[in-house]
Amino acid sequence: MTQGVVTHGIDILLLTLLAGTAITIVRMRSLWAAVMLTGIYSFLGAGWMSILDAPDVAFTEASVGAGISTALMLATLALTSTEMKRPAGSPVIPLLIVSITGAALIYGTLDMPYYGDPKGPIHQHVAPEYLQDSVPTVHGDELSIGIPNVVTSVLASYRGYDTLGETVVIFTAGIGVFLLLRGPQSQKTEEDAG
Amino acid sequence: MKTHSILRVVSKLLIPYILLFALYVQFHGDYGPGGGFQAGVIFAAGVILYALVFGLGAARRVARPVVVERLTAIGVLIYAGTGLIAMLSGGNFLDYGALDHHHPQHGQHLGIFVVELGVGITVAAVMVSLFFAFAGRERVR
Repeated sequence: MTQGVVTHGIDILLLTLLAGTAITIVRMRSLWAAVMLTGIYSFLGAGWMSILDAPDVAFTEASVGAGISTALMLATLALTSTEMKRPAGSPVIPLLIVSITGAALIYGTLDMPYYGDPKGPIHQHVAPEYLQDSVPTVHGDELSIGIPNVVTSVLASYRGYDTLGETVVIFTAGIGVFLLLRGPQSQKTEEDAG
Repeated sequence: MKTHSILRVVSKLLIPYILLFALYVQFHGDYGPGGGFQAGVIFAAGVILYALVFGLGAARRVARPVVVERLTAIGVLIYAGTGLIAMLSGGNFLDYGALDHHHPQHGQHLGIFVVELGVGITVAAVMVSLFFAFAGRERVR
């Protein structure tokens, strides 16, 4: 009973902090502070993910969301302005659109199975096989992978195509940034070489 | 940052452990949380911290842009190459079980290890070169 109260207390505290951070970011004019707050938001999100028993997602959120993105955003801010311009026009229509979209999203969650519901469609499809086949076995039959961390075996083997695609996406993003940001510099080196 | 001696000393102490932790996350992904993606990001964070404290020039001497840019592609090639080797060994594309015919689980372990290494290399190299690309530019205004 007391354990339930403590976990619910932590849940409510984290979600309140997440909402509070989000509202503060929206109301903020200083972009430096906003970037730091997005880092805090990601860190709170990582805490939330670890409460939901998803340590791999929490790890990614902490290292990418709170770590690298914050550093890259700060590097960008060093190149641009650090104060946000006041938006022109009235905020009524954007507020209306956001409210309708938010309401539609909440309406969509009403049909979803409860958190951790074993009867949920996601636990009925291929997940049982994955869980069974990922356990290390002595013989090592054709289908089993035998890696204790199921997330890794799903990511790298069962869904190896997807992860290859993701890696290519990251590579493509890197190439895109090289082409956009390094244009003049590479021309200069060509001139030097020629 | 030449004058911030506390920052310099603390980051000098921390950077080796950040890089070591990245390697731990990389190679321990089979047993604990983490894997190539997280490891690559942590490794890049170590290099970026070095660049922030000791300057972009010093970081570019450690992680040479020519090498880092090549590594972005090499990671993807390692990943796709593993799939091709599995095909050449008689399996399907990315079917690591074919890498070891006597013990498919060993093949799976080997395949996942190499593939995660490819992911880690690409992610770390892309993140570092993104930072170099941003930090190397002049202020626009």
